[in-house]
Amino acid sequence: AMDTDLSSQDRKDLDKFIKFFALKTVQVIVQARLGEKICTRSSSSPTGSDWFNLAIKDIPEVTHEAKKALAGQLPAVGRSMCVEISLKTSEGDSMELEIWCLEMNEKCDKEIKVSYTVYNRLSLLLKSLLAITRVTPAYRLSRKQGHEYVILYRIYFGEVQLSGLGEGFQTVRVGTVGTPVGTITLSCAYRINLAFMSTRQFERTPPIMGIIIDHFVDRPYPSSSPMHPCNYRAGEDNGAVYPSVEDSQEVCTTSFSTSPPSQCVFTVTKTHFQTPPPVVTDTLKVPVMGLAFSHQLSSSRLSYQPAALGVGSADMGCPVLFAGGLNAAHPHQLIGPGKEGGVPPVPNQPAHGTQADQERMCTPLDGVHYSAATPSSSEDTETVSNSSEGKCGSPHDLLETIFIRKVGAFVNKPINQVTMANLDIPFAMFAPKNVELEDNDPMVNPPESPETESPLHGSLHSEGSSGSSTGNTHDDFVMIDFKPAFSKDDILPMDLGTFYREFQNPPQLSSLSIDIGAQSMAEDLDSLPEKLAVHEKNVKEFDAFVETLQ
Amino acid sequence: SCPLSSRCCGPSSAGPAMNCRAEVLEVSVEGRQVEEAMLAVLHTILLHRSTGKFHYKKEGTYSIGTVGTQDVDCDFIDFAYVRVSSEELDRALRKAVGEFKDALRSSGSDGMGQISLEFYQKKKSRWPFSDECIPWELWTIKVNVVNLANEQERQICREKVGEKLCEKIINIVEVMNRHEYLPKMPTQSEVDNVFDTSLKDVQPYLYKISYQITDSLGTSVTTTMRRLIKDTLAL
Repeated sequence: AMDTDLSSQDRKDLDKFIKFFALKTVQVIVQARLGEKICTRSSSSPTGSDWFNLAIKDIPEVTHEAKKALAGQLPAVGRSMCVEISLKTSEGDSMELEIWCLEMNEKCDKEIKVSYTVYNRLSLLLKSLLAITRVTPAYRLSRKQGHEYVILYRIYFGEVQLSGLGEGFQTVRVGTVGTPVGTITLSCAYRINLAFMSTRQFERTPPIMGIIIDHFVDRPYPSSSPMHPCNYRAGEDNGAVYPSVEDSQEVCTTSFSTSPPSQCVFTVTKTHFQTPPPVVTDTLKVPVMGLAFSHQLSSSRLSYQPAALGVGSADMGCPVLFAGGLNAAHPHQLIGPGKEGGVPPVPNQPAHGTQADQERMCTPLDGVHYSAATPSSSEDTETVSNSSEGKCGSPHDLLETIFIRKVGAFVNKPINQVTMANLDIPFAMFAPKNVELEDNDPMVNPPESPETESPLHGSLHSEGSSGSSTGNTHDDFVMIDFKPAFSKDDILPMDLGTFYREFQNPPQLSSLSIDIGAQSMAEDLDSLPEKLAVHEKNVKEFDAFVETLQ
Repeated sequence: SCPLSSRCCGPSSAGPAMNCRAEVLEVSVEGRQVEEAMLAVLHTILLHRSTGKFHYKKEGTYSIGTVGTQDVDCDFIDFAYVRVSSEELDRALRKAVGEFKDALRSSGSDGMGQISLEFYQKKKSRWPFSDECIPWELWTIKVNVVNLANEQERQICREKVGEKLCEKIINIVEVMNRHEYLPKMPTQSEVDNVFDTSLKDVQPYLYKISYQITDSLGTSVTTTMRRLIKDTLAL
């Protein structure tokens, strides 16, 4: 049988590598379709949580979806993991853009070293994936999402379904890695009709019916798994908080050796720790464009409560966040591991002594011996902080509420609400109400001026372009291009574009916050007589002023 | 041979060595697109040819640091690429590309040139011989600079060059995926013969960037300027 040549330790390691490779693949793909620039930091000291020696953040929802789709299985022959990227317009029409496939074929490479060569090649493959995700047509589309459309993802496991891509779709191979149990292949099939369709057509134009109308058909296969927006959660009713809390997190600590007696010590430690709860600060916002998008579509404007955390929030897995993410307090500063409080102790590289007796020799390769250690028994590295869990009970509830309400608005509401919300008319909040849920009543939820930039925004997005939340502004001169004239990347994290955006999108006035909004109407009406009286008193002044203008 | 400090190794082996694979990419760009196009290609290659910093420990084991990445948008091309998060590396590449661009501009030729990125290993020789540099991978990017007449052409050029660069990235990834020869992982004493350990956050394989300006016949007009932008000998 195929597996007899592979030691059980190697087999375990290999399965682990493939599992985490699959999860990281999904993260890279979805993050590349969020519509913003991604930026992670290099760290010369290994943190033990960066799989494949790459700083790739883990969005909890995405990991959750991937694990759900995989259901404990690994890609194998005939069982491929697919990430489907599609586009959905504000009218509700959708179209598949790409299918990314992680497949396994039968071609085995028995000679290859699992703990070393396979691991490094998987790392290389992830780098290739980072590069390739930026060169398919959907990338540019995803960068311009928010006004007329959003980009959604769906993960499924099983047979690859390419029929939704239309005729003449093209394929690009990202790469392959041979392993003793089969060859891993990563590729992308993408619709090409879009290549001829300028992305300009998606910018502030009338509905695009009639251009790709033949693609707006019902999905031939009922989705076995729900579609998700790349950049906001599609409000599932499960009510479960996406696992910001994991019972155990696989941590990869790698350690290689080349000295005689040359041994490659590869350890994968299993450690129990919980990612810390979302940090609740005043400046935290939901750093997702999807909210901004529905913000525009729906007249339901939610002010962003501090606890309204979602994708990209602090609960992304602390080691990942702090290894390559954003300091909660300083939006433009990327911090290294362990610099801020709240980092759960990530297990250090296990002392080599503990593995010494567990090492074994493999066939020499290039004169260097490689061996792998069994996972060290660091399960005792218990860093669970149960006390912190209680703190975030309510914020999570609030999170749930907000998300569900938002999605409802986006998906179900008719277009007249869109028109309503898009009008930047003065006193829009006093305009006649639509007959609809109180949730969407602008009186109850006053129009939100674009939210301030989340300090954690950049944990998912680039340090420079956070706060862009493109699509969240209803002013007319939205930055279509992230690069304003005469600006260029410089050493400072803030560039001219960020400056523009920040100053175009000032923070919400506290008087318009949701707390006050509910009473604003009544109060305003009450205060009108007073105001009128004051104006009447000063009527002479006003008249004199008008005179000067004649 | 080498105009820079005496710390560098001796002349590269004459021509590519037997096991040095060579890849050639060609692009036609407008003058103002040269820098971004070159950076996109060079960064994509170096993304694949850089690892985290090695930390050697007792018993000859080593651990590897983490490589961060970031998106870069081009100003003059409808294109974006991913590069390694290392300001030092970015500066080094920008310096090289800037010089190439200046040389192109001032050469007065038809605007053709090429920039080469060579990965090499050092082989220590006994005194009095200097160390040898043995290339194992050579990337050559041939550049043809075009002049455009009006804004409409420039807009089309933005898109076209963007599409072309997408193809180049796919080509590069194809080559990387072949998993052909890579220097074997070095011991601590050998690491500087394989990797550039001078950067503080990432560790690319030892590389050199050089360039040539050519006339339309493909011969060297100016003195072939071989600039060693990066040379390493960890002291």
